[in-house]
Amino acid sequence: MKVLVVDDSRAMRAYVRGVLKDAGPWTVVEASSGFEALRLLPREAFDLVITDINMPDINGLELVRFIRRSERQGRVPLLIVSTLSSERDRARVLELGADAFLAKPFEPEDLRGAVAGLVPSVSAKDARGDE
Amino acid sequence: MSKRGKQAGGKVVEEFLSEAQEIVEGLGRNMLAIDKSSSDDPDPELVNELFRGVHTLKGLSGMFGVEPLSRLAHHEENMLDDLRLGRRRAGPEVLDLLFMSVEVMTGILAAVRDGDDPQDPLLAEVERLVRAFEGGGEAAADAGEGAKRAGCQPADIFGPEVLEVLTEYEEHRLRTNLKNGLPLYRVRARFDLAAIDTELDAVKNRLKPVAEIITYLPSTAGTDMDKLELDIIVALEAAADDLAAALEGVDASVEWIRTEGKESAAGPSVVPSAATKSEEGPSRADVSVAPQAALVRAGAGDGGRALSLRSVSQTVRVDIRKLDRLMNVVGELAIVRGAIARMSEELKVALGRRELAIELHRINRGFDRRLSELREGILEVRMVPLSQMFDRLARLTRKISRDLGKEISLIVSGAETEVDKLIIEELSDPLMHVIRNAIDHGIEDVEHRRAAGKPDTGTVALTAFQKGNHAVIEVEDDGAGIDGQRLLEAAMRRGVVDAEQAAVMSERDILNLVFLPGVSTVALATEMSGRGVGMDVVKTNIGALGGVVEVQSEVGIGTKLTITLPVTLAIIPALLVTVAERIYAIPLNTVTEALLVSPADARPIMGVETMTLRGRTLPLLRLDRFFGAPREGALPQGSCVVVASLGQRRLGLVVDGLVEQQDVVIKSMGPSLSSATCFSGATDIGDQRLALVLDTSKVIEEFFSAEGGAAPRAAGAE
Repeated sequence: MKVLVVDDSRAMRAYVRGVLKDAGPWTVVEASSGFEALRLLPREAFDLVITDINMPDINGLELVRFIRRSERQGRVPLLIVSTLSSERDRARVLELGADAFLAKPFEPEDLRGAVAGLVPSVSAKDARGDE
Repeated sequence: MSKRGKQAGGKVVEEFLSEAQEIVEGLGRNMLAIDKSSSDDPDPELVNELFRGVHTLKGLSGMFGVEPLSRLAHHEENMLDDLRLGRRRAGPEVLDLLFMSVEVMTGILAAVRDGDDPQDPLLAEVERLVRAFEGGGEAAADAGEGAKRAGCQPADIFGPEVLEVLTEYEEHRLRTNLKNGLPLYRVRARFDLAAIDTELDAVKNRLKPVAEIITYLPSTAGTDMDKLELDIIVALEAAADDLAAALEGVDASVEWIRTEGKESAAGPSVVPSAATKSEEGPSRADVSVAPQAALVRAGAGDGGRALSLRSVSQTVRVDIRKLDRLMNVVGELAIVRGAIARMSEELKVALGRRELAIELHRINRGFDRRLSELREGILEVRMVPLSQMFDRLARLTRKISRDLGKEISLIVSGAETEVDKLIIEELSDPLMHVIRNAIDHGIEDVEHRRAAGKPDTGTVALTAFQKGNHAVIEVEDDGAGIDGQRLLEAAMRRGVVDAEQAAVMSERDILNLVFLPGVSTVALATEMSGRGVGMDVVKTNIGALGGVVEVQSEVGIGTKLTITLPVTLAIIPALLVTVAERIYAIPLNTVTEALLVSPADARPIMGVETMTLRGRTLPLLRLDRFFGAPREGALPQGSCVVVASLGQRRLGLVVDGLVEQQDVVIKSMGPSLSSATCFSGATDIGDQRLALVLDTSKVIEEFFSAEGGAAPRAAGAE
């Protein structure tokens, strides 16, 4: 199982990586920008994409739309992990086709729950199943 | 740090701390830039960077459960938002708060790093700042109203294709720029996906001086897996020609996005075709005429030419300890090389092995060259520019000058000078003391300055440059200077100098008294509140780095402190010498020459053994006596003198013989031997032999102070 984690904060990526390590057989691929994500997406098949919204360069909304329109990865489950500073952005990213939104800060079990909800084949331990 | 933060695990927390630290340092830099522009209407780009940094910090510290930091960042973010939206002005008091927040954030991170929860007074500071950030500033012209009045809305210009992927913030920026009447452009460029980060960085760096980048829109049109077409929507702050010039040589097309024309006064809702752009690539039909200039077109525009730009930042972050380990390996290899060299020497004299010896010698020479390259490479990686520390000092200067109510202009030059990372870490405290002293005790208050015919604003110049394999840092102020007489009196009162010594002291000797424990604080306390940090501490700290600090001062004109430091610490070339049948290493960077002397060369002047070297008197120090193995009588036949110099002082070290020059890795001797202060460590010189490494600066220091200040003069170091 492969997940792409897109966030411009390396500490955030490390945190998500750490949580997912305990949540199933995930191989975590990190992207520090939307571009890096765009570069990686056509080359590898991902089972899940986790992305932030507010990033320099390509923002999360653009990334979600790009993914949803692409032929190869159009149906990959998309989890948005972002600070809930804008209700409008949250609504919009879901409109654009993201599957779930997890607000920062969150507890490890929230993330595991959200992931388990999106990728049911992964049985998350102590999942509360937020979304 | 909360449960969540701790759960994350050490490595993740380390990532958090280092990233947070970087962000905070970035904040400080941007604040300085804003402060420098000294305008109430700072560059929105800078404010925006601040906002983004604080926003990220808020998210991170929330995630990692550092509550005070996320609380502070949260309120600071709101305040910056007001600043960005023009709801608050960036007056000096706002900047003060921002600068203070950087200090508090640094403090909080330091506490977390040490495994503590931040305590008072940090928490009290957080609360004070939070209250200050909350208390709205004077309202500036309201942006919201203005935007409405301007009439033109993003929806009038862009279709849903663009609108639906703008974040709230991007939409806000778009609105603001429209309100301000800035023309919008669409820069369309094709990038090689494999290199998009660096290529785009280059484009960004070119765009930033002339335009605000609002958003990047990846085009889904191209199905080419290796290429990505991007539309960059920018608000142009300069002339259209400047945009063209900025993009010179870039494979991009530029088109003006028509907004409701102020000039054209066109009918309602002009939706230019540009807004509904699509799959045909950079079509020229979409291009409208730019307001200031004709069509801007930079580069080929049809993908004919590849981007010729390469990024400037291709950096890797490395833990300094990893480099230390590598350096140790290099040190071990140097020992291997030495062993091989000895073997080849032995082979040379062994019968019938001459050819083998020559071959081995040749191989070893090649090995030696590569090893040097490797060593230099690693040393280079360890080097970091002083700029980071200088930024911190600039913030400190600003703070102290405001605390003391003195206007100070800090002039920094040579911040690009590179020094070993380790040295920078250790240097920052002493330098802070020096600058604090310069402002506190050096620069006079306004009345005194006016009386002396000086400008109200005091100047502190922080200058760095490289000189051979030393870095020199000068801190020069245009203050009152150091009163030598007062210093001398203080020293005599402390009993460091007696009347007899005082009588023969040169001006420089007197000034150097400032570095003796207790003297600087006593001398200066008469006038100031005595909170100056003793200069002796500064000297000790810098000495620990193998550096020296010297002072020059003229009453009424100012004071200059010169710090001379080795550029690097880890491995040093050293001269191996024998003294009383033991081998010692003398760091080569302090050695100017070595010569053979005869007993007749030495002659005593005022009880100090000296010799004349090219017409100048050189004081001599018999190392054997210095090490406590006294041998009486004249210089033994065949003795050598190693001339060591540090700053302005020279001393001839008398040794029994010279062995060879060798690169040595200095290893600390551990606490039990740390009292042997004239050695900086021990080193393995091969053959399982150890040599002590002489701390030349300490020896010179000790020599001149033991001679009670009389020696350097009598012996006329100059």
